[in-house]
Amino acid sequence: MLELKNICKTFNPGTINAKTALNDLSLTLADGDFVTVIGGNGAGKSTMLNAIAGVFPVDSGSILIDGQDVTKLPEHKRAALLGRVFQDPMMGTAPTMMIEENLALAARRGQRRGLKWGITPLERADYKELLRTLDLGLEDRLTSKVGLLSGGQRQALTLLMASLKQPKLLLLDEHTAALDPKTAAKVLALSDQIVQENRLTTLMITHNMKDAIAHGNRLIMMDAGRVVVDISGEEKKKLTVPDLLALFSSASGSTEANDKLLLS
Amino acid sequence: MSFLTSLLNALPGAVAQGLIWGIMAIGVYITYRILDVADLTVDGSLATGGAVCVMLIRAGVSPWPALLCAMLAGMLAGLVTGLFHTKCGIPAILAGILTQLSLYSVNLRIMESKANQAVSVDKYDLLVSQRYVRTFSPVGELLTKNPLPLLLLFTAAVIALLYWFFGTEKGCSIRATGANQNMARAQGIDTSANVVLGLMLSNGLVALSGALLAQYQGSSDVQMGRGAIVIGLAAVIIGEVVFGKLFINFGLRLFAVSIGAILYYIVLQAALQLGLNTNDLKLVTALIVAVFLAIPYWKGKAFHGKAQKGGAHHA
Repeated sequence: MLELKNICKTFNPGTINAKTALNDLSLTLADGDFVTVIGGNGAGKSTMLNAIAGVFPVDSGSILIDGQDVTKLPEHKRAALLGRVFQDPMMGTAPTMMIEENLALAARRGQRRGLKWGITPLERADYKELLRTLDLGLEDRLTSKVGLLSGGQRQALTLLMASLKQPKLLLLDEHTAALDPKTAAKVLALSDQIVQENRLTTLMITHNMKDAIAHGNRLIMMDAGRVVVDISGEEKKKLTVPDLLALFSSASGSTEANDKLLLS
Repeated sequence: MSFLTSLLNALPGAVAQGLIWGIMAIGVYITYRILDVADLTVDGSLATGGAVCVMLIRAGVSPWPALLCAMLAGMLAGLVTGLFHTKCGIPAILAGILTQLSLYSVNLRIMESKANQAVSVDKYDLLVSQRYVRTFSPVGELLTKNPLPLLLLFTAAVIALLYWFFGTEKGCSIRATGANQNMARAQGIDTSANVVLGLMLSNGLVALSGALLAQYQGSSDVQMGRGAIVIGLAAVIIGEVVFGKLFINFGLRLFAVSIGAILYYIVLQAALQLGLNTNDLKLVTALIVAVFLAIPYWKGKAFHGKAQKGGAHHA
């Protein structure tokens, strides 16, 4: 479903601030894979997701989604294939627009937007039912401005929007990191539910190693812009946090990285 | 008493001016409020609209097609600003200033190197003219001569069209672009194209307003757009301060902008009647706008300072 071939990306090349964020990164995801991504700060996790989404062009390598080469496509064109939820709850929704308008915008992802009505009465009824499944009371607030919602509510809504139009690939960029533990757990459970119901191929970045182990069928660990550990299937199910730490230090050849990974 | 009578006398003129500038202010609303872009092109494109309209009418074109051409010229100005901004990476405010500056030369060219070109209502069949603004004759004649009914109709048509447009898929995507570009792109919206489109739409309306203004005052002047953005902002903000709580619906909000422009001109007339020097007009206008811009900020500090901090932290 996703193929990253030898991706390189250096920010501020040729300057004193040059930073190689992705270093010959290759990764292949099978259809239906739910991959959790861990790694220390600056390992390149978010850069990888942003490279896939087309936030910036990569220096070299190619990106294929569902067999289609998207390496040269701008961000808004790739959006047809992708569902995205960001770390910052502010980033995924339009705060000055109504809940139903946000959903209607998401329902038209990848379609030409013309002069038909931006939202139809039929859609409204659908959205009401969908929001009911979130169990956050949003089904009665269709015409509320999204800016009035809490961070958790916004992330739940963004998740719904990301999956409203079935994406080829769902990108979750530490989407629970900015939430309090209780809300984070709820949003994470909802993510699981949405991924399973729609059988979505998913990349989920997390800082929480327990979450990385508990969710998905495959786990990758990144360091210095490449994948250093890749565990799936039965082996992943048996994984423990100490195992992961040991794997990390052997893979990155440094013990101090343990603290970096734990703390971050 | 004489103050009241003379103010009453000046009222129809103030309303007509307000309605014309209201269309311009609605254009400003599109960029300033919907797109969240500060566009300074308008000072130039207002005069462009006037220049194109007047020169075409002088060349024998009838007013309606002249109006349409003026609007297209304004849209072209918006396109230039939009391309400066999205294709050349120039900050929007600077892109607008560049276009505005270049339009000064362009407008002089359109007006055949004259700073002022007259279009007399005696010689040409104009849509609106200042001369008849106090003409309240029998219905048949009133409809043709007095500019107010036509201007009201124009305003209503502009608001209705925009209300429809911003409810369409395309219109919604423009609103999303203004609300959150990250979100818009993640939902497959071409934000650059939308910013350009919004700037074109806005400047088209501004030029339309300029074309009406030139007909109304019987001439186009290369300086007629100076400070237009401030008047536009004044109308937007007065409309919001006065009707913000009352008008939630988008159509009504546009209506409030138009009323804001009318209120602005009525207040201006009153100030003039009270003996304000015409030369001080721009200073007073700028101060009024500064105060109205500051009010929401001060209010926020006084009542929501703590709450806002907490809110931002939570979110």
